[in-house]
Amino acid sequence: MNFDDTPQEAQFRAEVRAWIQANAPKHLEAELSQATFGNSALKSEDPIVAAKAWQKKKAEAGWACLHWPKEYGGRGATPIERVIWGQEEGVYGGLGGLFIIGHGMCGPTLMAWASEDHKRALLPPLASGEHVWCQLFSEPAGGSDLAGLRTRAEPANDGTGDWIIRGQKIWTSGAQNSDYGILITRTDPNVPKHKGLTMFWLDMKSPGIEIRPIKQVNGQSGFNEVFFTDVRIPDAQRLGAVGQGWQVSLTTLMNERLSIGSGMPTGFPDLFNYCLELETADGPAIDDPMVRSRLAQFAVKASGLKYTGMRAISALSKGETPGPENSIGKLVAGASMQELAMFALDLQGQAGVINDPEHSDAAMKFQAMLLRSPATRVEGGTDEILRNIIAERVLGLPGDIRVDKDVPFKDIPTSGRS
Amino acid sequence: MNFDFSDEQKQLRDEARKFLADRSSSKAVRAILEGPEPFDRELWKGMAEMGFLGAAIPEEYGGVGLGHLELCVIAEELGRAVAPVPMVSSIYQAAEALMLVGTETQKQMWLPKLASGEVIGTLALAEASGRVTEKAIKAQVANGKLTGVKSPLADGDVAGLAIVAAREPQGVSLFIVDLDGPGVARETLDTIDPTRSQAKVTFDGAPAERLGEPGQGWRIVSDVLDRAAVLIAFEQVGGSDRALEMARDYALERMAFGRQIGSFQAIKHMLADMYVAATLARSNAYYGAWALSTGSSELPVAAATARVSGTQAYQHCAKNNIQVHGGMGFTWAFDCHLFYRRANGLALAIGSQTTWEDLLIERMRRRNDAPVAA
Ligand SMILES: Cc1cc2nc3c(=O)[nH]c(=O)nc-3n(C[C@H](O)[C@H](O)[C@H](O)COP(=O)(O)OP(=O)(O)OC[C@H]3O[C@@H](n4cnc5c(N)ncnc54)[C@H](O)[C@@H]3O)c2cc1C
Repeated sequence: MNFDDTPQEAQFRAEVRAWIQANAPKHLEAELSQATFGNSALKSEDPIVAAKAWQKKKAEAGWACLHWPKEYGGRGATPIERVIWGQEEGVYGGLGGLFIIGHGMCGPTLMAWASEDHKRALLPPLASGEHVWCQLFSEPAGGSDLAGLRTRAEPANDGTGDWIIRGQKIWTSGAQNSDYGILITRTDPNVPKHKGLTMFWLDMKSPGIEIRPIKQVNGQSGFNEVFFTDVRIPDAQRLGAVGQGWQVSLTTLMNERLSIGSGMPTGFPDLFNYCLELETADGPAIDDPMVRSRLAQFAVKASGLKYTGMRAISALSKGETPGPENSIGKLVAGASMQELAMFALDLQGQAGVINDPEHSDAAMKFQAMLLRSPATRVEGGTDEILRNIIAERVLGLPGDIRVDKDVPFKDIPTSGRS
Repeated sequence: MNFDFSDEQKQLRDEARKFLADRSSSKAVRAILEGPEPFDRELWKGMAEMGFLGAAIPEEYGGVGLGHLELCVIAEELGRAVAPVPMVSSIYQAAEALMLVGTETQKQMWLPKLASGEVIGTLALAEASGRVTEKAIKAQVANGKLTGVKSPLADGDVAGLAIVAAREPQGVSLFIVDLDGPGVARETLDTIDPTRSQAKVTFDGAPAERLGEPGQGWRIVSDVLDRAAVLIAFEQVGGSDRALEMARDYALERMAFGRQIGSFQAIKHMLADMYVAATLARSNAYYGAWALSTGSSELPVAAATARVSGTQAYQHCAKNNIQVHGGMGFTWAFDCHLFYRRANGLALAIGSQTTWEDLLIERMRRRNDAPVAA
């Protein structure tokens, strides 16, 4: 049992480290290392410009999406090499938030389902950060129950074979900065809900698309409403067969959980350092047994996630597939972060209410966490859906009873109140 | 990176699991729970023959000389099987203390007997209700004679060797005491987990031989308990997994309202949370195992982490296993209570949860203050 690199891994790490040392945007390091959850890091530079510049530099040297095949803009690296890259990239990885959805979800979906020509055309500029992609899945009527979505795709009646899109998506992260998106639609309302879906990719500048940012709890606008009014998509941009959209979406969602779940921060180091510094009337906060007890509970969660990750990396290092234990990542981190933020504010007493970097303790980082963490428990599968997945896929318990499973989509009731 | 047990160690785990399925069945555990015997002597003998007791004891002292990772693997299986044997006292504590600070003569004298199971050892700290701290030690040694009360003393009714924390002018020190010798009176206590025995032991001028430096007793105790904490964490992980499996199996089998109870989300989510707790505890126990087996300076933090997480997970899984079983879970006849008893017994075995939470944070702080090595 050890944490040592194999000789090949060590050599690869040295190569990565040397390149990052020589090429990383060092002038942003201090600022990026101050980043905390819910607090966008960069103030001195436009975050989008900085993110694209770093991604482009990586791509030119063959370090972008390095686990992708070379012909699609990657390096053909092994999964463990990708992990090593991530460890070495460190704070600069924080610049990549703009690309998480594109690289983590849209890319793998295209790789599995797009035509060869499209893959060669679309994937390299996605890898290099030239194009930003978004994921147009959730709708007012379809979040957890994604297959309940209502956005229609109908064949154009002009003989082109094109599709005409009408409807609305919601919670689309980064739509306002995106060049392309993957879009799931309903093509047949007369069959049960999972069977009438079809997936496309599309240009976000297509006529008929309107994007309206939504103001979030924390005042930021990371996500949007996206309206489709007679948007035309060529049939060649269909991913998978007509009616196969559900299977295609599973590729995306599986990859979503992998990229959102692993390496989630829990906020523990921030809380620990805060308790070290915080002076109360009775001495340092960290000497208070009640504080210690709470800190210890957060500490073992953070540590448990860290070493669960190490076990997964060990499996990768041996060429094995990591076990299901990684599915706990987002579930533990989201809830832990939220409770931790509440505890940190409690330690601040009545002043915990102040949400102002000039007047709040710890530069307001726990207030930012408090106001961002509810989203972690919802995005990419709610806590309840994740518990269902663990219960069903890991523990082998029965699926929920689905009353709408065999009913034609158009006959499913749409309101809980009659 | 290979943050996992080796193939040979996994083989040992399979062997131990098979052996214990046969020799530490629910029937065997219940015989100790319900009968007059304080522990399963046949099982203990068998474990000695399999080399389980001496796994981490060097060959020159009668052990098998494998190492602590192997002992961790065995501990996990003992936890799964709720094995009714004095392993925590004799091997995780007494043998570890002797290996850490025993003189050559002391090691030659006692370790072979502990490895063969011929003598059972135990570490005597607690004297009364409340946190077990250095200050709370009142037992005294003067002129090589020990006076005082140790209660509860794990396996104190069956042990031949006690390593006792007692006061002398230099402070608290450790002493080796022959429990079969003069000046020792023992009384078995009723406890929440009779599958691991406890006693009240009164010393009245019992001959005591020094172990380790005078006045250094509590420092040594702390090192020994860290090692025991990691090993116990593996018992806790094994127990958590088994309790979760039982609950899962019952949830698949039991019908209510015309459905398997495992199809109700309240039950599914309870089981998912048990899985989460058990998974975190396993990963933390591995961290402890790594620190223990490599002699890392991280051990104090790693051990406390493994301990706090293990206790939390086992209590969580054991109590919810009963909940999933409904009324059946509360019967003597079902095995749920074996895990509930053991989970709550182990939670106290080497100090309470709040004690270890406190230690964990104190140690993280000290690590934080320590100058970074060049
Ligand atoms: C910050 C953020 C960013 C997002 N980004 C994107 C994006 O880029 N693209 C995109 O497509 N979507 C995105 N989403 C949407 C996200 O995937 C959905 O919000 C999520 O899946 C939940 O769906 P919902 O909001 O419709 O809630 P609902 O599904 O209505 O859930 C409401 C409540 O009911 C519970 N519930 C629902 N079904 C069940 C069930 N079967 N069992 C038990 N409980 C259940 C839920 O757990 C929840 O507590 C984002 C969301 C957030 C918060």
